Amino acid sequence: MRRVVGQTARQLPLLVMAFVILVPLYFMVVNSLKTNDAFLDSSLGLPSRPSLRAYGDAASDRNLGQLFWNSVVIAVTSVAVTTGFGALAAFALAKMVFRGRELFFRLMLPLMVIPPIVLLVPQFKLMSSAGLVNHRASVIIIYIGLMLPFTIYLLRNFFVSFPDELLDAAALDGCSPMTSFLRVVLPISRPALITAVIVNFVFAWNELLIALVFLQSEGSRTLVVGLTVFRSRFSLDVPVLMAGLTIATVPVLLVYLFGQRYLVRGLLAGSVK
Amino acid sequence: MAAPVVTATAGTPRRAGAGRSGAVVRPYLYLAPATIVLVVVFGYPVLRLLVESVTVPGILGETGHGLDNFRSVIDDPILRRALLNNLRLFLAVPVMTVVAVLLATLLHERIAGWRFYQSIVFVPYVLAIPVVGIIFSYVLQRHGLLNQSLGALGLDPLVHDWLGSSQLAIWSVWVVIVWQQVGFGVVLFLARLSSLDPGLIEAAMVDRAGWWRRFRHVVLPHLAPIIEFFVTLSLINMLSWVFNYVYVMTGGGPARSTYVTELVIYQQAFRDGLPNLAAAVSVILLVLATVLLSAQSLVRRRIERMES
Repeated sequence: MRRVVGQTARQLPLLVMAFVILVPLYFMVVNSLKTNDAFLDSSLGLPSRPSLRAYGDAASDRNLGQLFWNSVVIAVTSVAVTTGFGALAAFALAKMVFRGRELFFRLMLPLMVIPPIVLLVPQFKLMSSAGLVNHRASVIIIYIGLMLPFTIYLLRNFFVSFPDELLDAAALDGCSPMTSFLRVVLPISRPALITAVIVNFVFAWNELLIALVFLQSEGSRTLVVGLTVFRSRFSLDVPVLMAGLTIATVPVLLVYLFGQRYLVRGLLAGSVK
Repeated sequence: MAAPVVTATAGTPRRAGAGRSGAVVRPYLYLAPATIVLVVVFGYPVLRLLVESVTVPGILGETGHGLDNFRSVIDDPILRRALLNNLRLFLAVPVMTVVAVLLATLLHERIAGWRFYQSIVFVPYVLAIPVVGIIFSYVLQRHGLLNQSLGALGLDPLVHDWLGSSQLAIWSVWVVIVWQQVGFGVVLFLARLSSLDPGLIEAAMVDRAGWWRRFRHVVLPHLAPIIEFFVTLSLINMLSWVFNYVYVMTGGGPARSTYVTELVIYQQAFRDGLPNLAAAVSVILLVLATVLLSAQSLVRRRIERMES
């Protein structure tokens, strides 16, 4: 009897959690499958006749394809470059001895906590003198900068625990440091690399403030910025808005579901020092 | 290409590529790409920010230098209200921490259905804040899902205009932030718990220690360093990463009741065209974030000294 009570007492918090997390998502998806009349009738019930009309309307909106493409280019480029630059720097910090190593690594934590809005005006002046405002490159460069400190921190902590004997063996086989980095270290570091990619992709795909300020022309906007515009345009047709939100959510959800089994392991290695 | 390392002594830090004349330069070459980006994105803008904050534009176009910008922003009642709102958001941190520790502990015990729970707990964290903000705007508005449900359950006294009341709006934003960020804590704590020696729990079980005592004496001490990390990170988030929530859900309203410091900077810089005032507020925000970070390292050093 006591065990049954104990089991229920433990399930309860998790059931409440699942309910609280899923209801807003249910609200988004279920209403994207309704007609506007059905939504106004009841925002909670299942649609009596589910339809993809709202998705058709959202997708045929002249901008959505362009917005989606801009987001893909920005997120993929910035995450790829960050992973490359970050892994190189982290490898040097973890496995080479040189002056300034400690200082460089210690700087990463303060850089992580600098509020991005603080740097926005000077960054804007810099980008506009380089003629990059309204070009995706401006946002890509800033995202790389903002993602690097966390990436370097995480990967360096992972690489540090990498056995030196393996590197020695590779060196004896005539591998240059670059070759052993590419052929030995990176393949074994998959959990940490995938964790960095997930966290960074989620950040880059979802970021609003910087994209809002730097990409003001309609053709260069990202999907997330576009949604805030989309919202006022479709405030009278909520199912279309909900369809737009769902479309914006699917890519990050896929990245997360694909990598989630690495996430706990990667964070374990990287954040716990 | 590189000469093999023949003089590798065990126990010394590895010098990848030692023995080659380029070895001194190599680490710096590896750091160069990251360093260049960091200088462009952080280094130059921080210096420029400091200069702007003490630059006072004069009436006839000549500029002076001094602390006038700081004097005028400190007297600004909007900034005070914004800072107060950031302080209110700080109160979310203990709540998130307790909830996240509890959920992570339950998940770590491999409770029935843990796989399912564990994969959804992180989902809110991966959603875009505008997506979350827009959904919750519809849930929380006067005739929204929450009020409809409360009405249907006969709980009419609980029906409120969650985002339209200047007393309640900041607390509604508060709840949405907790909703989205608690999962990050759960995953961090789970990661830490996975390195907990199962023998310790078993030993406690053999001693017939109840759940609470096991939690108090085995689980909690093991989590302590990560709790400290999560609390610091969350406090800094509440100070300097909440712009998106406010911008999407309330825009600072109603009646400017949900302004946060970042929104003040954004509006001064990009709406009111007062970059020097924005720079002064930015420096204040930067100082506050630094204070939080150094407080954390002070606490950590004291803990380490007590332990040794």
